[in-house]
Amino acid sequence: MTQQTAGEVAGHPPYLYPDYKSTRLRAPKEPLIILPRTLADVSGPAYGRGRIEATDDDLTRQHDGEPLGERIIVTGRVLDGDGRPVRNGLVEVWQANAAGRYTHHKDRHPAPLDPNFSGAGRCLTDDEGRYRFVTVKPGAYPWKNHDNAWRPAHVHFSLFGSSFRSRLITQMYFPGDPLFEHDPIFQSVRDPKAQRRMISSFDLETTEPEWALGYRFDIVLEGREATPFERPHA
Amino acid sequence: MSPEPTPSQTIGPFFHDALLDGDLTELVSPDHPQAIKIEGAVYDGAGDPVPDAMVEVWQADAAGRYGSKDFFGFGRSGTDEDGRFSFATLKPGPVPGPDGTLQAPHANVSLFARGLLKQVTTRLYFPDEEKANAKDPVLISIDDAGLRRTLVARDEGGGAYRFDVFLQGEGQTAFFEFEG
Repeated sequence: MTQQTAGEVAGHPPYLYPDYKSTRLRAPKEPLIILPRTLADVSGPAYGRGRIEATDDDLTRQHDGEPLGERIIVTGRVLDGDGRPVRNGLVEVWQANAAGRYTHHKDRHPAPLDPNFSGAGRCLTDDEGRYRFVTVKPGAYPWKNHDNAWRPAHVHFSLFGSSFRSRLITQMYFPGDPLFEHDPIFQSVRDPKAQRRMISSFDLETTEPEWALGYRFDIVLEGREATPFERPHA
Repeated sequence: MSPEPTPSQTIGPFFHDALLDGDLTELVSPDHPQAIKIEGAVYDGAGDPVPDAMVEVWQADAAGRYGSKDFFGFGRSGTDEDGRFSFATLKPGPVPGPDGTLQAPHANVSLFARGLLKQVTTRLYFPDEEKANAKDPVLISIDDAGLRRTLVARDEGGGAYRFDVFLQGEGQTAFFEFEG
């Protein structure tokens, strides 16, 4: 039997998942205060961030040369809790390079940086809620959580939906990764069906011949029936 | 049938280049005549500062309107080695609540960090709004006075308010969850 912990709702992970060591001192332990629906479904920021540059959705074209690694296309739809498309929503992504190294100054993994890859992108969803990025497949990398700990390859996603409660930061994984069963962050989501909602699927339709493999990743946000506020564009 | 939500996962430690590449801490210019400063620090259950968090605020303007043309009301800040974050913003006005009530002026605060598998969400209320706070539907729904106090910032004078966030342990900040 799993213990119901604060925050463990709707397939989300609990705050405290002791196998993921950093949760031990950071997970709140007091019961959460329930906000009634009337206060929860208030509109949130659609957070138009102003300008999106032409190369923001193509992480392989942000430098003079092309990054090393397996070129991939990641696409999917962002939907709200009623299954309706989230339109004009900001999608922000970040990831390690093909060798499993982030450009971040605190990443000490002794794998090479790629001068042609920064690993950060953003785009807006279209009228069907669709987004699309071109990037390279990120590598797995070690971390200090426990002895011989490795993160499965993943792309971080940050999303704003229609209401304040829709805000989501998650990670997209790749199908069939042998590291899933050893990764406490992935395993913090206990329900296997919910785990599958974090795994992209290989998609031949998205794959472009002689160019790049395609992966599909649909994202469902919480909240509904609200019109987000859009930042006026400068 | 409604689709099931995508589970949350931690922001991890390496988000800065993607999410904090522009300065998003100034919701208004600090030189704005009505600008206030919100500053604080984030602490873990051992009382140590959390140096790798991201704090987001979302608030109404002085007239209680969200997302108005002249003041969008959204901001983001990282935390530094001492766990500190700060925003230059305007003091929000009271906003409509359920059943014709008014909510006291407040900012919605979300916090993401390595070790948080899902963001925590709280509210910052103002110490100089005692009358409005006493009638606020969210504040009065919290029976524990100590917990309620964690939501009220401290007046530092000169238009500065201090709002520390304690993730865990004695004095833990009150965090919210949305009704299903």
